Amino acid sequence: MSRLIKHHLFWPGFALVALVVLNTVVRPRFIEISVQHGALYGAPIDILRNSAPMMLVALGMTLVIATRGIDLSVGAVMAVSGAVALTIIDGSDSPGSVGTVLVAIAVGVGVSLILGVWNGFLVSVLKIQPIIATLVLMMAGRGVALLVTGGFITTVTSDPLKYVASGHLLGLPFALFIWVAAVVVVSLVERRTALGVLTEAVGINPEASRLAGVRATGIILGTYVLSGGLAGMAGIIYSSNIMAADANAAGELIELYAILAVVLGGTSLAGGKFSIAGTVIGVLIIQTLQSTILFLGVSSAQSPVFFAAVVVVVVLIQAPAVHRAARQFLQRRSTHVPDITRGTEVAR
Amino acid sequence: MSTTATTPDAGRKPVVPARISEFGRTFVARHASVMPMLAALAILVLILIGAQIHFGDFVNPRTLSALLLDNAYLLILAVGMTFVIVTGGIDLSVGSVMAFTGIGAAQMLSHGVSSAIVIPAMILGGAFIGLMIGVLVQYFDVQPFIASLAGLFLARGLAYVVSLKSIRVENEHVLWLQSTRWWFGDWYLTPTGVIALLTVVVGALVMKYTRFGRTVYAVGGGEQSARLMGLAVARTKVLVYVISGVCGGLAGLVLTAYSGAGYPRNGIGTELDVIAAVVIGGTLLTGGAGYVVGSLIGVLVYGTIHTVISYMGAEQSWMRIIIGLMLLMFIVVQRVIVVRAERRR
Repeated sequence: MSRLIKHHLFWPGFALVALVVLNTVVRPRFIEISVQHGALYGAPIDILRNSAPMMLVALGMTLVIATRGIDLSVGAVMAVSGAVALTIIDGSDSPGSVGTVLVAIAVGVGVSLILGVWNGFLVSVLKIQPIIATLVLMMAGRGVALLVTGGFITTVTSDPLKYVASGHLLGLPFALFIWVAAVVVVSLVERRTALGVLTEAVGINPEASRLAGVRATGIILGTYVLSGGLAGMAGIIYSSNIMAADANAAGELIELYAILAVVLGGTSLAGGKFSIAGTVIGVLIIQTLQSTILFLGVSSAQSPVFFAAVVVVVVLIQAPAVHRAARQFLQRRSTHVPDITRGTEVAR
Repeated sequence: MSTTATTPDAGRKPVVPARISEFGRTFVARHASVMPMLAALAILVLILIGAQIHFGDFVNPRTLSALLLDNAYLLILAVGMTFVIVTGGIDLSVGSVMAFTGIGAAQMLSHGVSSAIVIPAMILGGAFIGLMIGVLVQYFDVQPFIASLAGLFLARGLAYVVSLKSIRVENEHVLWLQSTRWWFGDWYLTPTGVIALLTVVVGALVMKYTRFGRTVYAVGGGEQSARLMGLAVARTKVLVYVISGVCGGLAGLVLTAYSGAGYPRNGIGTELDVIAAVVIGGTLLTGGAGYVVGSLIGVLVYGTIHTVISYMGAEQSWMRIIIGLMLLMFIVVQRVIVVRAERRR
């Protein structure tokens, strides 16, 4: 039991299960999944489907954070990718053909990869602080997206594009397959090769890992490129969902939610150890929470208050000061031993 | 860090303009910490000259007076942010705090509460959110980014809880802040502008001449060293977030007066504009170096670019790209300065 509680996924998993149970108790229909036209429908399926953009972004963010970085530009990259892809589809003669859509997606994601290289270059080669290096693209990126769309919201009608976010494969949403595939591939590459360990080494101590022969520059650059590419794909899914490229609204605040998801999943912003499974749970917590808030009839505009409460509770659970206080409290209750740690506490 | 070494003589202002000579080189070496700020000043002058040539009649008292008026809230936020960033922290909550205090004040005023109660309440509200962030950062070891993110969510959500729609302000005292014009020839100043300038003056004096201000630099330069020197690190780190929150409340007041209404969507993304302006003004995000006056220049650069772009009738998209590029230029300049300083050691 105590080993279970100590496991790094215990608290995130507990929070997710608690949310689902709470929803089911208040509203039994929450957990119902129905079959219509050979496809599954229901609140849990919606949550899995709607998670796709944030999941992709948070996946890239996990690795960036593991290297002690942060990528604020993901929302802007989403906007650029969506704008580029939809402008290509809008300008082509056959917006409905699969070929056009594939080319558009490839170009959109390709541009995002280049933007990722740009971020990675600033951080790993020029050694600019990640938060400010990615702030540049965060500010300029939406401007670029607006230029691409000419300041308008580009809308298209294209069935293959619509399929990306709204289509079904084997009865499940296609978007679910995209993020599961991304999570599986990244996990395999990170955990079945030495790359994951090297990434953590760079995050724990960049200088020591460099002296140990780790090519920190390349690894850091790579994580930003990955983050850019995944954000690009997220931008495509977002655009596919609304069938429009909205340079202002695409990925608005997603960087903050993604960072929140990573932190909820137990990856420290200080870098080093990361948990991809934790991030997946973190994103699902946020999506479930959003669906809960919506159900409670709270205006979605007011939902940030709930998120603030969640953030505070989660960071407090993780805070060393709270752990110490809790331990002391439990000790005092059980043994009534005078508190000898108090002295060191004051000295600190 | 290399930046700490330059801090003690930081306040000395250059009296003689630097010429490209032997003198110039020693000057640059000796005043490396004010170089980014001077670079920002040079850029500001260049933009003003360029705009004057391009538009014919740009640099006139009316435009420049309006510049201060339009950016008063940004300036106030930038002063608070400078304190936080110099300690090595960051405060993402300022835009939301501004929106929350603004809409809260508008709501209270519309219910007939006196402005003598509302204005202190706004500032206290901002200070409270700042205090929450500061306590999380200092006593619970939460990273400033995450703690102030919680503050951002909290304040933004509360703003929507107060009202989803904009609320007009008809209180004469609040509107007086904006509608009054004190003319000095063709120049004019509004009470909001005076509040902003006073904030800058007080901020600059506190940073330079008080024990607290010097501790702020010391904490940013090296927290461990500051603690070993016996400085009040914990109190200082909490206090900078409270100051930033107070500035958020003050900015909420100024913005409410400026727009004549409270609006819960005000200031979305403003925190990034503020951080950009502070960085352009020469404050290092790593902490330990920076000036309130630099942030004033940063805000003026930001505001001038805004005005120039709206004069040109260009789209909002260019504004963002240009600000992004400016930001890039400044961080590269700062990076070069830091690298050169490290190499010299």
